Amino acid sequence: MSASLRRLWGMIRKESLQILRDPSSISIAFIMPVVLLLLFGYGVSLDAKNIPLGIVIEQPDTAAQSLAGAFDRSEFFHPQRFAAIQEAQQALIERRIDGILWLRNDFSSRLLSGDEAPIGVFVNGVDSNQANITKGYIQGTWLAWLQHFSAARGRALDLPVSMEQRVWFNPALSSHLFLVPGLIAIIMTMIGSLLTAMVVAREWERGTMEALMVTPLRMGEMLIGKLIPYFMLGMGGMLLSVAMALFLFNVPLLSPVWLLMLCSALFMLVSLAIGLLISIVTRNQFLAGQVALVVSFLPSFLLSGFLFDIHSMPGWVQTITYLVPARYFVAILQTLFLAGPVWPVILANAGAMLFMLLILATLVVKKSYKRLD
Amino acid sequence: MNFLHIFALARKEFLALMRDKRSRIIIIVPPILQLFIFGFAATYDLNDVPVAVYNEDSGGASRELLARIEGSPHFSILYEISNDNEIAPLIDNREVLLVIRLDQRFSANLQRGDPAPLQLIIDGRNSNTAMTALNYLRDVVLDFNREWQREHGQTGPPVKLEMRAWYNENLQSQWFIVPGIVGSLMLVVTLLVTALSVAREREQGTFDQLLVTPLRPVEILIGKAVPGIVIGLLEATLIILLMVWFFDIPLRGSIPALYLGILLFLVATVGIGLMISSICVTQQQAILGAFLFIVPAVILSGFTTPIANMPEVVQWLTYLDPLRYFLVIVRGVTLEGDSFALLFHQFWPMAIIGAVTLVLAAWLFRHRMS
Repeated sequence: MSASLRRLWGMIRKESLQILRDPSSISIAFIMPVVLLLLFGYGVSLDAKNIPLGIVIEQPDTAAQSLAGAFDRSEFFHPQRFAAIQEAQQALIERRIDGILWLRNDFSSRLLSGDEAPIGVFVNGVDSNQANITKGYIQGTWLAWLQHFSAARGRALDLPVSMEQRVWFNPALSSHLFLVPGLIAIIMTMIGSLLTAMVVAREWERGTMEALMVTPLRMGEMLIGKLIPYFMLGMGGMLLSVAMALFLFNVPLLSPVWLLMLCSALFMLVSLAIGLLISIVTRNQFLAGQVALVVSFLPSFLLSGFLFDIHSMPGWVQTITYLVPARYFVAILQTLFLAGPVWPVILANAGAMLFMLLILATLVVKKSYKRLD
Repeated sequence: MNFLHIFALARKEFLALMRDKRSRIIIIVPPILQLFIFGFAATYDLNDVPVAVYNEDSGGASRELLARIEGSPHFSILYEISNDNEIAPLIDNREVLLVIRLDQRFSANLQRGDPAPLQLIIDGRNSNTAMTALNYLRDVVLDFNREWQREHGQTGPPVKLEMRAWYNENLQSQWFIVPGIVGSLMLVVTLLVTALSVAREREQGTFDQLLVTPLRPVEILIGKAVPGIVIGLLEATLIILLMVWFFDIPLRGSIPALYLGILLFLVATVGIGLMISSICVTQQQAILGAFLFIVPAVILSGFTTPIANMPEVVQWLTYLDPLRYFLVIVRGVTLEGDSFALLFHQFWPMAIIGAVTLVLAAWLFRHRMS
């Protein structure tokens, strides 16, 4: 074994022992992914079911009852009857229900006389996304009932244009199919950037970094020796997350595993480089933790397209998202899991990550040489 | 209990935080930066959804419908295609979210009064985006139908929906998310400041010096709690001012009720922070501990996704989360115009969480010292 390899091996061994002896590193790499995946997989859902809906029927006759019955049978609603609109509105104010369906007492008479019979619908708009989904479900239930109602009277419903939709990749539109793969990017960011930044910053703070510098270890060996154990730790967390996604949450993986591993390894290196850079610049655990939180964790959560659509952000925010490596990785993950190996998407995003890695690596090397002086 | 002791310790804590230029910046700049970036970024509203159109029809009706879709701020038609084979690459490569296809007889069918289907193929990789886009499109189509029937003397559907949204009349995501950011930022800053306060002294060895002073453990605890609460109060005021002035979020309810909520939330958060701080030996453990609390607390608070969609067991867990109650208060006071009475059931759980965590932290303090 050459001297350089031996030094490198010693460094890796020291770092690995350090990780193994500190329960907090192990817990962030293995317990955190499990906890987060369970939380997100089960806790974060945009699929509304059993929306509490107040129904007010002022004149209970067959037409009104049949419409209300359509809402009773829908899995999306959990209807409650109210005798008067004032009571229902009070319940809406007190947040006991999320919406009101109001059939006034002239509903059936107008319906039968051929007038347009209006239904009043109120939704609590505070959570605008939920309100939009509720609106969509109410419209869907209403249209289905109309079709049924017209057919029962022997004439088809005249709707000039009707929508026939086909949803690709996620036909049931269930939100955990896109949230769980995206979460892998967030977990890897946490291990790669947050953990690495803080651990290395601790070495600067305690002065053990200077102690390392006076050994025959070269800067490159030191950096690589530091990176390899954390790289393994991060990839371990990644494998655990993928296994949970596949076997616990039944997310399909439509691409070869080696491709997923390759892209993940690339993203892991980018995260590690960011973590190292933060620690070198701050040299202080409190600051490193804060900076890592602000520049890597929160952006990977909010600016990566993991939860919010990047395309709808204002232009200047979209420009910022190009600096967030998780943006590229989330696009790759959602495509690899749900759509299969679509090469143009994968190559473009992997290329962007590679480019970031080169710039970050150059910065790390430059900064660390400077500090040696 | 000696108030002079507490005051002296709180003063020392403030100085320790504020004297260091970098930690001073860290307390002030990132929260405001985050408010601005995330206030604009975190939106479920869709603008300019990229659309491809495959129009085999040459009639005027299809052009009119497409013009309406293009005219909506939610959609922008980027590609006109003329072959089935072009659909898959556009969607696979995420060039478009949605392909709209109108067949040859679309206008003719419409004129005759036959059903004219609008075929849609949508990328479901992000299910929420897909569903929102379909909802927007449904509104456009329903409008088109209504007008078409009026112009052509046909009777419309016998029943029509009159939709109205309360509190957030135009259903803007920003009105929902920005008040939520207020709560999340307060949680992060306050928790980090308090969680690190004891751990830092332990790591640097100054905690032992504190112990040999005449200060009693309870006084140390309160002295450490006060800076977190004061910083949180100032931070909250600043963020709320920005929220109202910059983001134009209304403040319709009772401001004293909002501040009571802020105070109780801060007490609960500081209690949790001090608990973490008294368990941890090093700063790294304290940051990780704070983090292990912050992430689930934000996720389970209803900040971005509704609590009602969670499984029941997870919903029980949310009752332990002070942010859950505080978000109802912020949104209640800003959007819904709530007063004390409507928020009562949000106040007392936070008070209980605060009391329990502070007592536990005090116990852990004494326990750890001996």
